[in-house]
Amino acid sequence: MAGGGQVEKRVRYKSSVKDPGTPGFLRLTEAMLLFVPNDPKSDSKLKVQTLNIKSQKYTKEGSNKPPWLNLTNKQGKSHIFEFENYSDMHACRDFITKALAKCEEVPKKSAVSTSTEQLSIAELELRFKVLRENSELQRLHKQFVESKVLTEDEFWATRKKLLGQVSTGKSKQQVGLKSMMVSGIKPSTDGRTNRVTFNLTSEIIFQIFAEKPAVRQAFINYVPSKMTEKDFWTKYFRAEYLYSTKNTAVAAAEAAEDEELAVFLKPDEILARETRQKIRRVDPTLDMEADQGDDYSHLMDHGIQRDGTKDVVESQNDQFRRSLLQDLNRHSAVVLEGRSIDVESEDTRVVAEALTRAKQVSKADGETTKDANQDRLERMSRTAEMEDLQAPQNFPLAPLSIKDPRDYFESQQGNVLNEPRGAGALNRNVHEAYGLLKESILEIRTKGLSYPLIKSEVSFEVFSSLTQTISTAKNIIGKNPRESFLDRLPKSTKDEVLHHWTSIQELLRHFWSSYPITTTYLHTKVGKLKDAMSNTYSQLDAMKQSVQSDLRHQVSLLVRPMQQALDAAFQHYETDLQRRTAKSVGGSSSERPNGGV
Amino acid sequence: MASVASKLYSDDVSLLVLLLDTNPFFWSTTSIKFSQFLSHVLAFLNAVLGLNQLNQVVVIATGYSSCDYIYDSSLTPNGNFESSGSGMPALFGSLLEKLEDFAAKDEELSKEEEHEDRIASSLLSGSLSMALCYIQRVFRSGHLHPQPRILCLQGSPDGPEQYVAVMNSIFSAQRLMVPIDSCYIGTQNSAFLQQASYITGGVHHTPKQLDGLFQYLTTIFATDLHSRGFVQLPKPVGVDFRASCFCHKKTIDMGYICSVCLSIFCEHHKKCSTCGSVFGQSKLDDVSSVSNKKRKAPDT
Ligand SMILES: [Zn+2]
Ligand SMILES: [Zn+2]
Repeated sequence: MAGGGQVEKRVRYKSSVKDPGTPGFLRLTEAMLLFVPNDPKSDSKLKVQTLNIKSQKYTKEGSNKPPWLNLTNKQGKSHIFEFENYSDMHACRDFITKALAKCEEVPKKSAVSTSTEQLSIAELELRFKVLRENSELQRLHKQFVESKVLTEDEFWATRKKLLGQVSTGKSKQQVGLKSMMVSGIKPSTDGRTNRVTFNLTSEIIFQIFAEKPAVRQAFINYVPSKMTEKDFWTKYFRAEYLYSTKNTAVAAAEAAEDEELAVFLKPDEILARETRQKIRRVDPTLDMEADQGDDYSHLMDHGIQRDGTKDVVESQNDQFRRSLLQDLNRHSAVVLEGRSIDVESEDTRVVAEALTRAKQVSKADGETTKDANQDRLERMSRTAEMEDLQAPQNFPLAPLSIKDPRDYFESQQGNVLNEPRGAGALNRNVHEAYGLLKESILEIRTKGLSYPLIKSEVSFEVFSSLTQTISTAKNIIGKNPRESFLDRLPKSTKDEVLHHWTSIQELLRHFWSSYPITTTYLHTKVGKLKDAMSNTYSQLDAMKQSVQSDLRHQVSLLVRPMQQALDAAFQHYETDLQRRTAKSVGGSSSERPNGGV
Repeated sequence: MASVASKLYSDDVSLLVLLLDTNPFFWSTTSIKFSQFLSHVLAFLNAVLGLNQLNQVVVIATGYSSCDYIYDSSLTPNGNFESSGSGMPALFGSLLEKLEDFAAKDEELSKEEEHEDRIASSLLSGSLSMALCYIQRVFRSGHLHPQPRILCLQGSPDGPEQYVAVMNSIFSAQRLMVPIDSCYIGTQNSAFLQQASYITGGVHHTPKQLDGLFQYLTTIFATDLHSRGFVQLPKPVGVDFRASCFCHKKTIDMGYICSVCLSIFCEHHKKCSTCGSVFGQSKLDDVSSVSNKKRKAPDT
């Protein structure tokens, strides 16, 4: 692997003779010596300036010592490298000797170093690592860099991102909380008895405590003085089970009997207090009630599904009910907050107490702003409008006065409805018409529904005409006629059709994105695209002609939308061309209203 | 255990609000008598009520001068489907009674009518608004309610003076996601109903033979919203949305629009003829009139 300016060998590096050695690479350049261990975690990296090497000793071939090279720097520290064989060692030794000689020759030149030599060990390591992990890249590297098509720097310059990503991946990330909701914890059943088992991990406990301060407080209060930890969690999950059934009546009944269970079932008072505090700090000018009326949950496809049923809020026993939104919001808040404490304890009580302390601190922080209320009032008075201090709001106002709304309708109807207004009112005998209507109503009131209601032949006619309407409509504008047609075509035709679609789409995308034409470059591009499209157009025609006659109709149905799309593009091209030539001919002469075509 | 109510209100429970055209000027010109028409409609309503225990039907009469609720199945005691020997479900007795009263009142109101040149249209905008109000009240009554839809049974021609009101109703229905089905039995074509169904995702159909109306109604319009996902219903080929100018009623595809009232003109005016707004001279005017006229002007 010996390049012109550098030598690289596999070695073991020993800081002393006794040291068993670290396997890695020794890389020598004229300016310095680098050792990169194979294990990226190893800290026995080494970088020695050639200038700093004082002397080198080495083991002789034939002696029963392995091929060692011992370099001593000017501070007297020695570095021992064990090579795989003697020839490797000699190659390095020769290289260092030459480099040393060069350094002495032009000692000042070393100050002007090339970029490679400025690389930190970390960067070099990174490159090695990337190459090791990516065999394709390694092949490229071998192919271009080692054959000097590309320089090392050029090669990596286009892959800075690759190196950057690897390096950022190295920094230790703070581990957040899992996004799974604690209410999503489902018990396991043994399938035989009615016993269910919840598996609690310290992470889940942390999350429960973080999301539900009341549970945390209850734990501190009850365990172990009143109950064991196991009993505590059993009660907790009993409460969760009651929630999940959404049977608020049962929950209310059980809560009435069991004081401790009630703690879990009732709304979290600590949380409510925190929320109230937060609301007090919201900008007073923000109208939080404004969007309360926006309720779409009654509409189809709105509302929230949970465990297969719609989350419906009912008013009775409201306090024993949590909506999914409440759970979700609380959970998101805790996840976003992250791990607020740094306790890695298995002891549940320690975790609970640490969380409580952390909360108290942040609460205290909130309360130091005693004059927050004062601030609030001030902000309010700054933004509140004083009506008598405002300038008179006499905007020029013209009420919308539509003279005849019929115009709107007729503009939609166009030529279809051209009868003069009032024509319908002719020969209208109001009394007679109402008389007939009332007669009819009286008739059906006395005689009942006509019998038979409908003749079976008429029904049959209706059915067949409807069926016909539907089936023809489906052929023309049906859901996805292409699919069914395509499968009936021979494979080569099908491929051809699909290919045409792809290329037409590509051409059209480029075509339409070229407008408006602002440069000669775009002008040329559009011309080329137009030629290519005309080409495709005639290919489509040819394809239509070439298919078997029984498929021709279907193929032309497929081709029609393609040609329509192309036609639209051609039309736009022509119109634009005309407009542009007219402009250049007519110039800015607006005296000729007809454009003089 | 899910509560009883939420189980019963599955997605195929319908609230059908039927807008019944009772315009006497239409019914005095048709081949089919109003009583025959009512037979088909009442049988259809009966069928809808029979499709699901929880289905609800509301009928609003669309008259010439007024409209009113004439039937609400939720106000009638259930299980009253017995025939009273006249071949008609007893529960429609009150409907017909109300309809009779309505016709009398509508006649009174029509006498006070001032616009003598009005096309003999019925008050569709009014009944559409009433239907939407009713549906809105159902929406707000709670989370459990049937899926509402509106069916317009219309024969009278469109009333151009109602255009703005009708379009507003259509857009409200669209926003509420309430489909407006329409069955047009008149001689012309109803642009109102075509657009109403198109915009709200309802079905529009024009029966070819009125003696088979019951068959059309049950085959097409009895389909609840849930089933429409699986059923192929007749689709109109397309709705023509092209506009024509207010000044000459010429169909145009490019023109001037009043920025105040959205009236359309084929040429530049100094003043809007619809709302009276005075237009300034546009800077673009010189340029666009050149390119515009070039394509459109050959016939002038
Ligand atoms: Zn015009
Ligand atoms: Zn206007």
